[in-house]
Amino acid sequence: MANQHRVPGQLTRGQAALRSIVLALGALVFLFPFYYMVIGSLQTNPDTSLGGIFPNPANITGENYVAINERINLYSGLLNSGIFAGAVVLGTIVFGILAGYALAVLQWRGRGTTFALALLVQVIPFQLLMIPLYVMIARDYNLGDTHFGMILPYLINSTAVIIFRQYFLQVPKELFDAARIDGAGEMRVLLQVAIPLVRPALVTAILLTFIGPWNEFLWPFLITKEASLQPLAVSLANYISTIASSTANPFGAMLAGAVVLAAPVVVLFIIGQRFFISTDIGSGVKG
Amino acid sequence: MSSETLDRSAGATRPRGAGGGSRRRQPALQRVLGKHPLGWLLSTPYLIFLAVVFAYPLFFAVYMSLHDYFFSAPGAVVERPFVGLDNYVAALTDPAVLRSFANVGIFLIINVPLTVVLSLVLATALNKVVHLRTFYRVSYYVPYVTASVAVVAVWLFLFSGGGLVNTLLGPLAPEPSWLINPSLAMPTIALFVTWKQLGFFILLYLAALQNVPNELYESASTDGAGVMRSFFSVTVPGVRSATVLVLVLSTITGANLFTEPYLLTGGGGPNGASASPVLIMYQQGLQQGKPGFAAAIGVILVIVVLIIALLQNRFAGGKEQ
Repeated sequence: MANQHRVPGQLTRGQAALRSIVLALGALVFLFPFYYMVIGSLQTNPDTSLGGIFPNPANITGENYVAINERINLYSGLLNSGIFAGAVVLGTIVFGILAGYALAVLQWRGRGTTFALALLVQVIPFQLLMIPLYVMIARDYNLGDTHFGMILPYLINSTAVIIFRQYFLQVPKELFDAARIDGAGEMRVLLQVAIPLVRPALVTAILLTFIGPWNEFLWPFLITKEASLQPLAVSLANYISTIASSTANPFGAMLAGAVVLAAPVVVLFIIGQRFFISTDIGSGVKG
Repeated sequence: MSSETLDRSAGATRPRGAGGGSRRRQPALQRVLGKHPLGWLLSTPYLIFLAVVFAYPLFFAVYMSLHDYFFSAPGAVVERPFVGLDNYVAALTDPAVLRSFANVGIFLIINVPLTVVLSLVLATALNKVVHLRTFYRVSYYVPYVTASVAVVAVWLFLFSGGGLVNTLLGPLAPEPSWLINPSLAMPTIALFVTWKQLGFFILLYLAALQNVPNELYESASTDGAGVMRSFFSVTVPGVRSATVLVLVLSTITGANLFTEPYLLTGGGGPNGASASPVLIMYQQGLQQGKPGFAAAIGVILVIVVLIIALLQNRFAGGKEQ
């Protein structure tokens, strides 16, 4: 059902073909490294020839996954990443919803300032805070090599606070007033009226809040020296930077670790991709 | 609305105040804290968090950079004398630090134009597509949501001496190879970051394109403008504010580089050719035990980024507002 009448800016057939080629080429450039990561993680011997792009039954093995697991214990790495990201999600949901609700629905002195602060912290680079935070948390509070020390700087995601506020603002005021007239206290209004209404915001916030700490490298790398406490991103990075050379197939093992680290987030992202469409969530995802 | 319920819940859960639960206190509390004092209570955890994790470290960073700060045993009382701008002077005269700032410059010269051009072109192409729209969006965004550490692994594989990229290039492969070549290490990192972040900027432009009024394209077309002409005369000026955002955000990304030089080029190699300021902060501040020196680099870095961001806003932002 092609448009017969000419729409302004409509492309000629050649231009449309060119556009398709550009888009497909883009998709190839973005996706190929992921495909190559999986293929490389399954090769007995790293095959960097052009033929190595395609799976070769004679060169396929699961050995690399065993090899990387012997070096860095994937289970404890995944567990630590899960604890780190899970605690941040929990902290953000609990405290972030409270703050978002207060910022959107309640009227109190200091509300504008608090919202301005939530915006301001988005632009403060973590790198400026890295040294003082390390001194504070690892030296002064003695929280180095603890999960709490790792979690603390990420406990409440400010982007999520802003998202919650935005969603609560979109809820018609009358709904809250009706509940109050029916005798509900403010906490009940929040728990039984407001939160069920902003479920999409909840999913978006959970997704983006989870991905940040799961991918984070620098801070957990600084704060955990003990291997049994390191999230997977840190133990894999240590493997890449120091011990890779002493493994039979360093690239295979490295790529196997990369697949294990990337897979949960990629799967989560594909499942929840429709919650990622707005751009205001981008700054919360780093790493 | 039932202000009584509200007052009771606020009064009951709020321990502070001298008057106890007397009814007289409530209006006073509201006068000081606003109509819904509960707002304060609900925001307290977040405000404490901001104070501990942002405000205090921010002041501490500046304090440290002005003192001869060194690590000591926990609880030990030591004197850390005020040294004025000594740390700043030391940082700005250290060739390794200057080199790292120059490296960020190289990074930005490659990364910023590449990001702006590629993301705008891909976003424009994606904007009018009906089929496979979701597929393209997802595939462009996947590198952005994946851990740097994971994608660094596959880039190491692709760009190693005997890697696929050099196999494809054949006789054109650089010698020494990409990541161990002093003049190619930083450009390769810039290319990696461009690739990884591009999806985010494509979505940013895609959102901006929705705000370009269709009438502009119509009148451009009436005036006989072709596709290319209307791209440059309508699209490019129409997404100008997004372009400023792209410029500022990629500058911040460049200034914050750490994982890539640490892993891709084995700690800023070869010979510091790809070291970033943050990498030096880590090496000098935490490994060498000179946190004051590192904090000074951090403060300088933030000031430089602020200046660049203001300039970009000034020159690319045009005369809007």
